[in-house]
Amino acid sequence: MSVKGDYMGMALSIDDLDGENISYFKHCAEHQFHLQKCDDCALVRYPPTTACPFCSGGNATWTAVEGKGAVYSYLEVHHAIQPAFKAKTPYLVLLVELDTQQGQPTPDDGLRVAGNLTLPNGEFALPEVVKTVGIGTRVRMVFSDVAEGLALPQWTIDETATQPAKPWRYPQE
Amino acid sequence: MPLPADTDVSTPKFLRDKYAIVGVGETTYTRGSGKTTRALGTWALRNAIADAGLKASDIDGMLSYSGNDSTPSTFMAGDIGARLNFYMDCMGGGSSTEALIGIAIGVMEAGLCKCVAIFRSMNGFSQVRIGGTGARSAAPVNGDMLHNRAYGWQSAGQNFAPTFMRHMYDYGTKPEQVAMVKVVHSEHASNNPKAYYKKRFTVDEVLSSRIICKPLHLLDCCVETDNATAIIVTSAERAKDQRHKSPLIRGIVGRCSKPRLDMHYQHGPISRVAGYYAKDILWPNAGLGPEDVDAVGAYDAFTFTSMLQMEDYGFCKKGEGGEYVSSGITRLGGKRPQNTSGGHLCEAYTHGMNMVIENVRQLRHDVDDYCPMGPDGKRQHTFDYREGGCRQVKDIEVTANLGWANPATGSAMVMRRGT
Ligand SMILES: [Zn+2]
Ligand SMILES: [Zn+2]
Repeated sequence: MSVKGDYMGMALSIDDLDGENISYFKHCAEHQFHLQKCDDCALVRYPPTTACPFCSGGNATWTAVEGKGAVYSYLEVHHAIQPAFKAKTPYLVLLVELDTQQGQPTPDDGLRVAGNLTLPNGEFALPEVVKTVGIGTRVRMVFSDVAEGLALPQWTIDETATQPAKPWRYPQE
Repeated sequence: MPLPADTDVSTPKFLRDKYAIVGVGETTYTRGSGKTTRALGTWALRNAIADAGLKASDIDGMLSYSGNDSTPSTFMAGDIGARLNFYMDCMGGGSSTEALIGIAIGVMEAGLCKCVAIFRSMNGFSQVRIGGTGARSAAPVNGDMLHNRAYGWQSAGQNFAPTFMRHMYDYGTKPEQVAMVKVVHSEHASNNPKAYYKKRFTVDEVLSSRIICKPLHLLDCCVETDNATAIIVTSAERAKDQRHKSPLIRGIVGRCSKPRLDMHYQHGPISRVAGYYAKDILWPNAGLGPEDVDAVGAYDAFTFTSMLQMEDYGFCKKGEGGEYVSSGITRLGGKRPQNTSGGHLCEAYTHGMNMVIENVRQLRHDVDDYCPMGPDGKRQHTFDYREGGCRQVKDIEVTANLGWANPATGSAMVMRRGT
């Protein structure tokens, strides 16, 4: 069954043939973060793929992965491209390096998962919070519900984690 | 200038200098062309054919690239009256020019055709806006695109920004250093009659322009223009009959990539770009190195893209790009001027082709600027690079073009002056 939903003025959809994305977002809709774990080399990958980027293995099993990590890089959008995002500026897109499988299979590899900076309920973070987050900030995964079978993974500040004294931010504020 | 001896036996040296760019042409660079991409394309092709001193019937191969925002070769060839023995229209934007020149050489080597015209035609301002606003911003988001577009992470600037930001974090690169790319390219544009934006900018003006998407200010971003551009590639042997001492192609690398093109940020360091891999093909193929290059066209979709490529192709050490682009080396009159037409930041946005055209003219010692016109109808270059003056690089022998699709994919080409 294909999945359809409206989110931030955009028509989101996943075709019924796209089994990988259907499975990924179905777990998200249940507020669980699952990634494909290769049946051959046991490495996890993001985003969903149809074979293993590390060993070309064709079979994988959806496996629960902890949605915790630190901001690896980010962008702060002031001029939104998509119309509905204009009301949310400035907003952050975070690339978060998960604690899971960091530096594997090579020191340059990592699971770097995208998402906006949101409140724990998945709503966009306000500008005064946006200003406090940078490279190194510890975050945890939350979800923005979109439709039946579809929620988007998002990131919120991890209230229980020890935060860096001063996360790295773009020098010109 | 004698070129270094060919010492590398691992590459097909016999293709070095075997093909030439014999003609280049472009339309006016505008915002609001009032023409179809078909009309723009034939305009640029006719200019390139005339520049080469050829007839349309001499063109028997055609290549183009687009993002479904152009007109295919079939219509262009029909309109100008060229019967083709080979043609292909490819998907792609930046990094396509050099890659398609490589393909043109390949098909000519294979005997498929003898003379290939390559064009890019686009209404990047008035139809499909390159900055991503307009029709493209409202497109449905399906399947794999959910992992980026759904987060308001869509335009080129937004897509590349994590690389730029992480470079500042990894190496302490400063905004005022990166801004120098725009400053220098704008100086060059001010001496280019064809440049869409001819105004010279200061570092302060770049840094005080509005933020588009941190770390990018408005003036860190390229222009959006309507234009077509074309080049003609044929064998050096055939090139001898044409009008110019045509620049010879030394070596090419095409759409060389980092791992994980499905989402390249999975493999780091993300402040590294495709040139890290491409340099090991480009320089051995050319039999030359960065130190031999007199001028560079470094794809400047953004100030950062130009700077990052200079590092990874080995013009400076990794992490020292900020210092390099603010040292004066890249200015006209400096050791290795770059983007001498103003590039994508100032002259026009053409997905790479205008920077190849510029280097061809530089190597012919024949750029257009504000130098006095001689009796032969050519500029008498003064090499006085002040505003409103010259932009011809003195004694130029070797150029490099560094094409960029995104942080993970790039193409490049080395040319030398024709003999
Ligand atoms: Zn595997
Ligand atoms: Zn001059």
